[in-house]
Formats: sequence, structure tokens, C-alpha cells
Amino acid sequence: MITKANHFAIFVLDQNSAYDFYVNKLGFKVNTDAVMGPKGRWLTVNPPNQPDLEITLMAIDAKMMFNGESAEIMRDLVRKKTFGFAVFECDDMLATYEELKAKGVKFIKEPTKEFYGFNAVFEDDSGNLFSLGEAKKD
Amino acid sequence: MPAETLPKLDLYRRIVQAKLFIDDNFAEHIDAGDIADEACYSKFHFIRTFKTIYGRTPHQHLTHVRVEKAKEMLELGTSVTDTCFAVGFDSLGSFTRLFKSRVGFTPSEYQRQQIERKEQIRQEPLRFIPGCFAMQVSNNSGSKPSN
Repeated sequence: MITKANHFAIFVLDQNSAYDFYVNKLGFKVNTDAVMGPKGRWLTVNPPNQPDLEITLMAIDAKMMFNGESAEIMRDLVRKKTFGFAVFECDDMLATYEELKAKGVKFIKEPTKEFYGFNAVFEDDSGNLFSLGEAKKD
Repeated sequence: MPAETLPKLDLYRRIVQAKLFIDDNFAEHIDAGDIADEACYSKFHFIRTFKTIYGRTPHQHLTHVRVEKAKEMLELGTSVTDTCFAVGFDSLGSFTRLFKSRVGFTPSEYQRQQIERKEQIRQEPLRFIPGCFAMQVSNNSGSKPSN
């Protein structure tokens, strides 16, 4: 029986820029920043309240999972905002929206109350899209 | 955005600006009055609204930010004393007590653990990478994963 997810990957165009985005703008914590092979870097971050969930900021390079051609295709797709990798949750939508906007995060959908809840959509520095939802209040 | 959320936006903007003020000025001697001024609020109303949004008072948030910054500095190898004063504490004793109550370890214990972990990552990076990825790295680099 699968019990939990402990890693998932977000494909990024530039790991240094992604580090700045996820750590300094979103407030995630660096979990592991390791040299991986001759030129690679294994960089993972945790959402603030989930120290056991590592999000790997995976460089789209012509090594590991991609060859040269597929890496370029993947980079192009990410730039074109093709992928939505995750849904993040916050305690207070408007406060989170205002803070992230003040830090320069681009929202492609402002917070709106939908039939399924309070929702917004933002993009990271590479072009990956993320849904932002507000935790249900008792 | 629905009309019902619009009147709240100015309120949220001011509280968020106050929170960002704390985040940026945690090392200074600031109190709730200073922060309320930043938000153009009465002190009482400001503290109550801040706590409603963030789940902690401005002072509790300031302490939280200081401890988190202290953790970052300790991880980078800054001495406990330098860290204590750099993040805005006046006394090493109160810093150590508060840090231990929040983190579960004294600053020096925390620093030792983090530096040991960083050294392990430097020496054996594949131990910290899930097996499937570590295998690809080892295939590319000629080294063997240890897990």
C-alpha cells in the first residue's frame, strides 16, 4: 500500500532563479542542495508546513531524464506555460495574494470565489502554473 | 473579483505591508506600535486583525521570523553570539532559551547537526537523492549510489 508522497519534481529553466523564486518569494525551505554528478545539482525545497515533502527543482538539461532534443522541447513547453504541476494551499487567500504580488509573483488568475472554493493561479519564474487554494475554515 | 471581496482589499494590503515590514526589519528594535503605525492602524485593532489573518500576533510573528533567520545564519556557520545579536536579540541567554523552546535544540546543538548534515551531503550526495535518480546519476558519473 502506498502511504505517502515524499518527492515530486518541477521542471525549471534555471535552478538559481528557481531557488530565488521558491525560497525568497514563496517562502519554501531548502531541504537538500547537493552536487549531482559532474555538472548536475539536486535541489529540493519543502513547503513551510511540510518538512517531509521534497519538491525537486529539476533542471531541464540534456542529461538525466532528457536527451538534447527532448530537453529543448521540454524547455519550450515550460516557457509556453503548458504545465500545471501542483495545487498549493494557504490559510488566507487575500493576504497570501497581496504578499506574493508585493514580492513580484505573477498571477494569471486573481483570487475568485468559485463553486469549488477560493482560487487563484500564479506562475513561477520558468512558466510553470500553480493553483492556489484557501484551506477550509471550520 | 467579486464585489464582496473589494472592501477587504485595502485592509489586507495594509496588514500585509505590516507583515512585510516585520520580515524586513526583524533585526531592529520594533514593537507593535511601530508596526501599527506602518499599517496606519490603532494598535489594538491592528493586533487583533493581524492575528485573525496570520494566526499569531505581530510580536509572535517577529519572534518567529527571528528564530527562522537565526536557523539560516547558524546553518551557514555564523557563531551563536553573532547570530543572536544579528537577528535582534539583546541577550544570549534569552536567545538560547527561546530558540530551544521553538526548535527543540539549543542554537549550538542545531548548528552542529546542520553542519554535519551539510558535510554528509557534500561527501555522499547520493544518500540524499531517491534511488531511481541516484541510479541515473551514478550511470552518468561512474559513482555508485549508497542507498
